[in-house]
Amino acid sequence: MSTLVFAEHDNESLNPATLNTVAAAKALGGDIHILVAGANCGGAAAAAQTVEGVSKVLCADNAAYEHQLAENVSLLLADVGADYDNILAPATTSGKNIMPRVAALLDVAQISDIISVESADTFKRPIYAGNVIATVQSSDAKKVITVRTTAFDAVAAEGGSAELAAVDAAHDAGISSFVGQEIAVSDRPELTAAPVVVSGGRGMQNGDNFSLLDPIADKLGAAIGASRAAVDAGFVPNDMQVGQTGKIVAPELYIAVGISGAIQHLAGMKDSKVIVAINKDEDAPIFQVADYGLVADLFEALPELEAAL
Amino acid sequence: MKVLVAVKRVVDYNVKVRAKADGSDVDLNNVKMSINPFCEIAVEEAVRLKEAGVATEVVAVSVGDKSCQEQIRTALALGADRGIQVDVEGNAEPLVIAKLLKGVVEKESPDLVILGKQSIDGDNNQTGQMLGALAGMPQGTFASEVKVEDGKLNVTREVDGGLQTVSLNLPAIVTTDLRLNEPRYASLPNIMKAKKKPLDVVAPADLGVEVTSHLTLVSVEPPPERSAGIKVESVAELVDKLKNEAKVI
Repeated sequence: MSTLVFAEHDNESLNPATLNTVAAAKALGGDIHILVAGANCGGAAAAAQTVEGVSKVLCADNAAYEHQLAENVSLLLADVGADYDNILAPATTSGKNIMPRVAALLDVAQISDIISVESADTFKRPIYAGNVIATVQSSDAKKVITVRTTAFDAVAAEGGSAELAAVDAAHDAGISSFVGQEIAVSDRPELTAAPVVVSGGRGMQNGDNFSLLDPIADKLGAAIGASRAAVDAGFVPNDMQVGQTGKIVAPELYIAVGISGAIQHLAGMKDSKVIVAINKDEDAPIFQVADYGLVADLFEALPELEAAL
Repeated sequence: MKVLVAVKRVVDYNVKVRAKADGSDVDLNNVKMSINPFCEIAVEEAVRLKEAGVATEVVAVSVGDKSCQEQIRTALALGADRGIQVDVEGNAEPLVIAKLLKGVVEKESPDLVILGKQSIDGDNNQTGQMLGALAGMPQGTFASEVKVEDGKLNVTREVDGGLQTVSLNLPAIVTTDLRLNEPRYASLPNIMKAKKKPLDVVAPADLGVEVTSHLTLVSVEPPPERSAGIKVESVAELVDKLKNEAKVI
């Protein structure tokens, strides 16, 4: 059994999601290799070499892979992945973008967003917005899988000593190009990696009121998230959305403010260690999953909370 | 340009789906079915391209049994010009749907194919990307803005941490995210008109595709329950509990 983990990185360092994905690879057993595809990505490859439990790092350093364009990277993965039993990537927007193309090129099914490895060919994954957990068995000889990172505890980033091998293959499909990006610059931790998340919902009433969450997030070192209702209403951008169709988070502490707790949202945060809900509707479903519920008007409770921290 | 839009018939998003008691599958008896919300956004985007004079024809395609004609009619009522039903019984896997759609793409030669980023039943998020790989087309997934400029397609994508813009050669694939647009409601006259729009039925064999299965559903179960905790009376009590009981701050 051999597994290739497709690394998520910024060319210089590894995204922590890669460590959770290696954990899923360990659950499958056998040899684990990491593929780092990028441009001037030696830093990320070096970081991959020290990841616990990895025996080899393949580094494909080429301009064609600089921006992780799915058209190019999928060709590389299908090529390099031909030698492996399993190909894994985190179920991030990048993994979701690239991996189905790899599966189609290899003529196999993809198993999306797995939350557990039951055996070499059987996996659990959430369906219907997390209302149901399905156990699925694959009959493909080669498995292409994306991993829900919050379901697997990260392996150690240090301690390993994998050998490094360069991959020369330059796959440039020549049908797409990168134009630009606007990555939100914030001093706050990234939503999916933050130890504390404070999220606002429709109860925030408008986008300006989200600033009430800022001082609390600052004091707690928290990331700020939002429910789909708040995104739908145009309060905040979609990259803040926590939920089945947004980001899946599992912080130590999750504070839901003015969020009713639609199943769509719960699917994105119910693996959090401690959940706090602040909502003026005492019948809101969010209280059914909250460890600590406070029935209160958020416009009164938030300033009080800020002062108390 | 010609736009092909794929739509899927799924359980309505307001329905809370449960596992059957024997755990063999989900219980879909007598539940309301609708067009997948992300597919509805795809139809809306195609219709807007037509209204803007960019698209000349919008074709709606669905893979499923006869009942999915209802969702094709919904797309026609929203403004699509004609429909195609690829007649398949049961739940086809994304790879098979992508192969069938590739067959439709070969027959119809669209310049643009728009799909939802995922369906709210299987939550796979695969079909558009797979179609892209099979048809050798570039993709703009999780799109929040689509522009046709100088014979290329510029797609702004919702990615972790922000937005990314890519330029794609045509023909291309777009999969929709939530903020791409807000779908309109179909008017009664348009619903009536949709009944008269052409709807062709094709068999997988007509498209040269064999419907196979790579995955078996072993069982389904409800997610682990998280039990409700306690209600606190005040912010002070909340902070005290978080500090001294949960020890998370």
